[in-house]
Amino acid sequence: MRMAVTTPNETALAAGRGQSAPRWLLARHEGLRGLILLAPALVILGITVIVPFAMMGAMSFWTQVGFDYADDWSLRNYIEIASEPIYSTLLLRSLGMAMAATLLTVVLVYPMAYFLAFHVHRNKLLWLIIITLPFWTSYLLRVFAWRVVLGFEGVINTGLMEIGLIAEPLKFLLYSRTAVVITLAHAWAAFALLPIYVSLEKIDRSVLEASADLGEGPVMRFFRVILPLSMPGVIAGTFLMFIPTVGDYVTAALVGGPDARMIGNLIQLQFGTINNWPMGAALAITMILAITVVGLMFLGLMLALKRWAR
Amino acid sequence: MIRRHHFHRPNRGLQVYAVFFMALLYAPIMFIPLFSFSDGLYIRFPIEGWTLRWYDELLQRTAVLRALENSVRVAGSVAVVSTVLGVFAAKALVRYRVPGKGPILGFILLPLVVPPIIFGVALLLMVSWLQIPLSLYTIAAGHIIICLPFAIATLLPRFEGYDAAMEEAAADLGENGWWVFWRVTVPIILPGIVASLLLTFTVSFDEFVMAFFLGGTDLTLPLYVWGQLRIPRAFPVVLALGTLILLFSFVLVFLGLKIGRRGAIKLVDRD
Repeated sequence: MRMAVTTPNETALAAGRGQSAPRWLLARHEGLRGLILLAPALVILGITVIVPFAMMGAMSFWTQVGFDYADDWSLRNYIEIASEPIYSTLLLRSLGMAMAATLLTVVLVYPMAYFLAFHVHRNKLLWLIIITLPFWTSYLLRVFAWRVVLGFEGVINTGLMEIGLIAEPLKFLLYSRTAVVITLAHAWAAFALLPIYVSLEKIDRSVLEASADLGEGPVMRFFRVILPLSMPGVIAGTFLMFIPTVGDYVTAALVGGPDARMIGNLIQLQFGTINNWPMGAALAITMILAITVVGLMFLGLMLALKRWAR
Repeated sequence: MIRRHHFHRPNRGLQVYAVFFMALLYAPIMFIPLFSFSDGLYIRFPIEGWTLRWYDELLQRTAVLRALENSVRVAGSVAVVSTVLGVFAAKALVRYRVPGKGPILGFILLPLVVPPIIFGVALLLMVSWLQIPLSLYTIAAGHIIICLPFAIATLLPRFEGYDAAMEEAAADLGENGWWVFWRVTVPIILPGIVASLLLTFTVSFDEFVMAFFLGGTDLTLPLYVWGQLRIPRAFPVVLALGTLILLFSFVLVFLGLKIGRRGAIKLVDRD
């Protein structure tokens, strides 16, 4: 470590205390100590996140030639993505299905978050643990569970046939976009619930009493006080659920049919049977860009809504 | 004058909805254990008879036991590494005025949001570029990215929850930095460490997407389950295996969340 940052006087002082210069620097500079403690995590994340992302970005400009790559730095993959309709279809469909699942989840989860924030007074922690518990456990098994429920010979079909409500199994249940949207909504619900709950919990209760004292009824109070104050949570929950679900491929692979394939399935195929890694890299980059654009549009819409509401 | 507004009163409609919500959340998962005891080869109502033979069959499969061993090895190392890294990072973020604290925390928490397929694919690219063979080690590397945010999110409140003066007092009494850490810091944040170990272990143990892209010939349990899902005849055994995995994960996560939160609340109450 260089001594340039310290004056000779201070250095002499440090030396006089019998401390080596680096140790003295550490004791003096909090930020440096913090960065050294952070270093292992940041170095590991740098190696496993930043470097691979840079490589992925680079490879997206290459082309697959047989079993090898040509590092010809062309836009060929991106041009193909832009011109072949299959890519835009899959991308738009993934965005649409993720949006549908997110909307469904936010609507279903909001009353539950409201209940937890305003009507649960005892054992709140236990409620929160029980609600979040499934989301920590096997994603694969939670998706598989829906195959058990929705399957041709699944819980719903054989159950309904057993009671005699239907004679034939309902075919649209499994291997459809509906099945994927329902499964995604179920699998990611906690990601939408927690931020909404936190924003509702943070609302100052005296604001609610004030609005009641000023004569607002429960419905108007919800729309004019509670809902606007909880919007940051709703927006955060929307992002937390929308972004990962766009890239999901397990759900579509397990409960979706041919017309429910998502962009994630295509990316997976590029690294699997199709074996065109540069194209897979370009698709992954395109997906990130598309998510960013949609996210910014959503944020802009919300800001416009906020301005309009004032 | 104390008036009880109606938002303090129980709301019958919301209570009913809460029950409906919890049922919707848990019912699909509960069909896995239910049908794992069913005698039939197909998942269908009515259930004709009850049996334990799928569990018996499961235990005879050496491939399952090998996958279990692999999963435990990966999850165990990932839990230890991400918790140790998490303790250092959380301490740094809470205790020291680190430049760029916000962006650093955001970067560490990023994997919570980004689709895991992106990390899996990017890491696969790098690993093959460097000609590192796919193995349990590459799976573990991928899992550390995913587990580190959970470790830090669990540990941050622990460091925020206690007074730095306790560490300073120990230092003033002549303990060196290392001993202050072991004899003061670690005991105080111990519930956070245990919670982080339990939660990151479960996340890694159950993780599929990273393992799918970064796994070699050695399978983890989720990879084994994935392989069996293509075989309809194997469904009952998958259900039995799934039941055991779910039970194990639920217990670990419940303990993790309980230990992590309970200690934190106690610390806050003491103030």
